[in-house]
Amino acid sequence: MKSLKVLQHHLADSHNQLAVLEDEGLHKHAPFKDKLVAMGEFPLRATGVEIFQVNVGKMCNQVCKHCHVDAGPDRKEIMTKDTMRLCLDVLAGSDVKTVDLTGGAPEMNPDFRWFVTEIRKLDKHIIGRCNLTIIMANKKFHDLPEFFRQNDIEVVSSLPSFTRDRTDRQRGDGVFEDSIRALQLLNAVGYGEPGSGLLLNLVYNPAGAFLPPSQQALEREYKDELFKNFGIRFNNLFAITNMPISRYLDYLLISGNYDKYMEKLISAFNPAAVRNVMCRNTISVSWDGFMYDCDFNQMLDLPVSTVGSHHLKNFDLEALNSRNIVLKQHCYGCTAGAGSSCGGTVAG
Amino acid sequence: MSNHYYNADDLAKFGNIAEYQKDMGDKFFSYYGDVFKDSHLTAKEKSLIALAVAHAVQCPYCIDAYSSDAYEKGYSEQQMMEAVHVAAAIKGGAVLVHGVQMMNKVKEIGM
Repeated sequence: MKSLKVLQHHLADSHNQLAVLEDEGLHKHAPFKDKLVAMGEFPLRATGVEIFQVNVGKMCNQVCKHCHVDAGPDRKEIMTKDTMRLCLDVLAGSDVKTVDLTGGAPEMNPDFRWFVTEIRKLDKHIIGRCNLTIIMANKKFHDLPEFFRQNDIEVVSSLPSFTRDRTDRQRGDGVFEDSIRALQLLNAVGYGEPGSGLLLNLVYNPAGAFLPPSQQALEREYKDELFKNFGIRFNNLFAITNMPISRYLDYLLISGNYDKYMEKLISAFNPAAVRNVMCRNTISVSWDGFMYDCDFNQMLDLPVSTVGSHHLKNFDLEALNSRNIVLKQHCYGCTAGAGSSCGGTVAG
Repeated sequence: MSNHYYNADDLAKFGNIAEYQKDMGDKFFSYYGDVFKDSHLTAKEKSLIALAVAHAVQCPYCIDAYSSDAYEKGYSEQQMMEAVHVAAAIKGGAVLVHGVQMMNKVKEIGM
């Protein structure tokens, strides 16, 4: 399977994705902005920059059907060491608490390990979004669990189901088996083990056109099933809603589920989730150093609204701290039901 | 009025039944909500029971709702079909067990 970009698919262009999402004709849906106006939350403002999320590249060893990054082995966009240095300069001069490393498979960036060790020198908490199979993909990645442990990285990994069938349907044949083996290796160095202090969190996202069920109930079930069947332990399960962009948008349109899915998101709009959406305390940085309110806005080429501070070279913390968040129809994905963020639900 | 008895869009209007009898409607939905909460049975287990019952009572709205709900809660296609077979077996068994009544009657009147 190839990325939309390499296939020259029309949805590889963010303008075409936005044209579907913002369609006033065939696919007309209640504007997200109107919901916020009605509850007195427009414009939605940032509350600060606590989380600095860095997308170090779109290259990945997997080609997942729902991927909002359109990542895959054929994507060549990779953050350079110079851009990493810009990140480090910004981090050194800020009180950002957490650096969240994502991709693609971030470990495929040749400077990933250098970047991690430099961030650690700044005494920042690091979240590493590891797709698990990268650990098994090549001998040079087999020691990643030990590297993560040495750098006290909080590992966050996708596993859309505790069953082989659903996992492989979404993420590709053989992904479940490799993921289980990788989780066992992470457990072996202490991840997820009680008292180790090494956090191993899993991410659930629906394998289809529906919203996640209760995060709490799922976590219980995942813990029981993974331990019973494979002896695997982990800390928390994050239930994440699929955003109607990129490959998932393509799936929704092809399967005839797009309008129903949008209606589901809209009818499940939860004002309590709005107040806790992740864009309010996060900055998302792209492989080439531009800044966005979140990873989804990044993929839609919607940079932060701050005039004169779109790139790390012009990082203006004061302006970013109180910026207006850029909102479009895909934002319904973060406010449906119990809400959704890179850390799971945001409202009870 | 539509020209057929069942309309998929009507499922979303279920809540409207309280318009004509608010008190009873509100009580029903409150009860309904409580029934499907996690308790001695999990909400997931209750969803599969609901799916089987939906087939037994042949309610297209309920089949629509609980096919989605059970799948969303993580049941596989095979598990869901087995639940339908449970409903079918009970329905079939319910017909056949009445065969005993038929046999009793025939034995009563026959020579």
